[in-house]
Amino acid sequence: MADGRAQIRRRAGPRLWLSALWLGLLALAALLAPWIAPKDPLAQDLFLGRLPPFWAAGAEPGYWLGTDSLGRDVLSRLIHGARLALTVALVAGSITCLIGATLGLLAGYLRGWVDIVISRAIDIWMAFPPVLFSILLIAVLGPGLSSIIIAIVVIDWTRFARVVRAEAMAQGAMDYVASAQVAGRSRLSTMVTEILPNVLPTIVVLLTLEMGIAVIVEAILSFVNLSISTDDPTWGGMIAEGRTSIHQAWWVLIFPLIALFLTVLSFSQLGEGLKDRYDPVLR
Amino acid sequence: MSFLTVTNLSARLKGTGFPILRRVSLSVAAGQVHGLVGESGAGKSMIGKAVLGILPSSVEITEGRIELDGVDLLSLPLKERRRRIGATAALIPQDPLTALNPSRRIAPQVTDRLVDILGWARARANARALELLHEVQIPDPERVLRSYPHELSGGMRQRILIASAFAAEPKLIVADEPTTALDVTVQKQILKLIAEMQARHGTALLFVTHDLGVVSKVCQSLSVLYGGMVVEDTPVRDFFRAPAHAYSRALLAATPKYTDPMASLVPVPEAVIAGVQAELAAFDRGARHG
Amino acid sequence: MADLYAVQDLRLSLPDMTRKPLLGPAPRIEILKGISFTLPKGEILGIVGGSGSGKSTLGCAMVRLLEPTGGHIRFDGHDITHLDEPTLRPLRRRFQMIFQDPMSSLNPRHRVGQIIAAPLRLHGFTDIQAKVADALDHVGLARPFADRYPHELSGGQRQRVGIARAIALRPEFILADEIVSGLDVSSQAQVLNLLERLVRELGLTLAFISHDLSVIRRLCSRVLVLHRGEIVENAPVTDLFAAPKAAYTRELLDAIPLPDPDQVWA
Repeated sequence: MADGRAQIRRRAGPRLWLSALWLGLLALAALLAPWIAPKDPLAQDLFLGRLPPFWAAGAEPGYWLGTDSLGRDVLSRLIHGARLALTVALVAGSITCLIGATLGLLAGYLRGWVDIVISRAIDIWMAFPPVLFSILLIAVLGPGLSSIIIAIVVIDWTRFARVVRAEAMAQGAMDYVASAQVAGRSRLSTMVTEILPNVLPTIVVLLTLEMGIAVIVEAILSFVNLSISTDDPTWGGMIAEGRTSIHQAWWVLIFPLIALFLTVLSFSQLGEGLKDRYDPVLR
Repeated sequence: MSFLTVTNLSARLKGTGFPILRRVSLSVAAGQVHGLVGESGAGKSMIGKAVLGILPSSVEITEGRIELDGVDLLSLPLKERRRRIGATAALIPQDPLTALNPSRRIAPQVTDRLVDILGWARARANARALELLHEVQIPDPERVLRSYPHELSGGMRQRILIASAFAAEPKLIVADEPTTALDVTVQKQILKLIAEMQARHGTALLFVTHDLGVVSKVCQSLSVLYGGMVVEDTPVRDFFRAPAHAYSRALLAATPKYTDPMASLVPVPEAVIAGVQAELAAFDRGARHG
Repeated sequence: MADLYAVQDLRLSLPDMTRKPLLGPAPRIEILKGISFTLPKGEILGIVGGSGSGKSTLGCAMVRLLEPTGGHIRFDGHDITHLDEPTLRPLRRRFQMIFQDPMSSLNPRHRVGQIIAAPLRLHGFTDIQAKVADALDHVGLARPFADRYPHELSGGQRQRVGIARAIALRPEFILADEIVSGLDVSSQAQVLNLLERLVRELGLTLAFISHDLSVIRRLCSRVLVLHRGEIVENAPVTDLFAAPKAAYTRELLDAIPLPDPDQVWA
């Protein structure tokens, strides 16, 4: 009798489409920022300071989401901020994933001294308080995009390594691995052709989560003024500024927060959605 | 007088509506052992689970009655149903390795039901646990009660699960493949123990298994299931002398038998499968129209 | 007839990590305690025993998934006891294995066609698609099954895929480790009949590990009874069932519940 699970077809569902839609819009905005942003994100105009968003009384046409205390257009700054947020998410996320997952896979599958070395490194690494560690790193490296990316990679590779190691260990105990050995496949080749495809869905979910985390870390670093130059619009920087004038101009704080929230949520939902859609075992 | 009566019980998978049970009827009298036999996916475990109110959340009952001691369980509110089942029925689970909590000692795991459901004092419950472990022939029961599950063998753990099933003197016990995970020599001891305990306590026993050999040793009657439908319900002796349904005959012929190797392990003929599939289809058509 | 396997005083112990002291090596548990037997070409050898008898460990040592700690295993004259993986690789084509749990032994993310083709590619075969199709034919699965994933198949079909993968390499020896214990009786009968036919058609030598003496009686020509890492009986199948010599064999036989309410089962 056929397995009942074989009949269940899981569909992609709205969460994959909605998250992909938001991230797609964001990517477009980031790519086309100079052309689609209604104003210059750095242009100050003190006469137009703290304008409310378009639906509120006293709004000025053209400033859709209002302006901050220096009269800079919030929407334009959000659009330009998306560039940095997405760059950090994609680059830092991918590098972290590559390093962490590779080490985790090696430790979990090869076991023995490889595992001992990598696992000890993870244990020691995780004992550092991450926020202080990243602030320290940036202080040493100096602020800048590459410093943020390096900080994220250095801190977060353990997240991948730990989970992938456990998963690889579980898969390594399966008979299909023994079967590959009986067939005469080498250890490294077994890892790539047998174990990796089974760990891949987990890696994809982790990767998208990591991208969300990278966006948040960048925002936190901007918030404490350790990101790139303060002139460039970043979401974290906008949140930090908005905080000081929350009672006079809430929109300066709220819109970047919403953008941040939606982006992080979309990344995590994208991962789960992709897994549902493309994993042959669950499908 | 039957202690458990199931009438026209149907269940299906939520969402897809895939039928799990198709108007199953059976009854078990006090002091009787009734076997539920079938291949995987036949729904035999689901009947036991439905009776104990532990169906997976993806399965819903669509019609029928489950009467325990004359009370229709399905008509009771959930809380009352739970209480009734807890007070009168118990389960001997399949896998002794996962059925005991590895981080708790044996004693509280045997006595929990007595304390929580029957409101016994701890001391009285502990005395009863000791008595039960004697009854299931566990050597050095004082020490075993203080042990953790991993310190005991599979057979020993299954004895403990049997003891805890009988602890509250239930009137019905559902045994769900209780010996499948055990070696054949241990299986024999455990089956004898279950039969002995059941006879001494006069319990009604619903015995779920895929093994016709086991059925012939412990049951007085049995239901053969296919696709959630009872294809035959008969006393054990009649079944092994002359199975009435073609599928039952095929199942018996497929069962290995070392005393007669050439007459055993005959694959179930495709015609028989087609026949019983046609019965299922006819049944579903009838259910739709009536 | 020549012996395909000659196993001599085989010993295997594993470290017991549950009783490892804080410092120093873990104590070792002896799993196989000096096993000797020979397996002539073309024979179907049943290996029976309870859990913890060492039957699966013996099987794993024969196909060198485990390295023995003592004694010798000769496969067709080659001493494979301690060969390292690269030296072993060309021999691996000649002894294959079918696993107990077809769900865990088939990579869930590979299609059936890939699963059967992978060992063929590794050993440098050509004309792989034809060989995959041929293997599917042999186990009675239609060609379109090559495009399915393991979870889309029934238990019996999965086990056929496991068999197809093993025979695709045209090995001389196959180890079958409890391959029917997870199956329903109807698929069990089909898989056993299939295996019996393949042994005949392809001239295979087979070692069949099982806890079920009834299944062994049906399939095997000779039986090894293992108990706690030692061979307690090694006899032709008819002799073993007619007059078991070892007390443990008798105990095993007496414990089998026959599908017969009149069996005296004391």
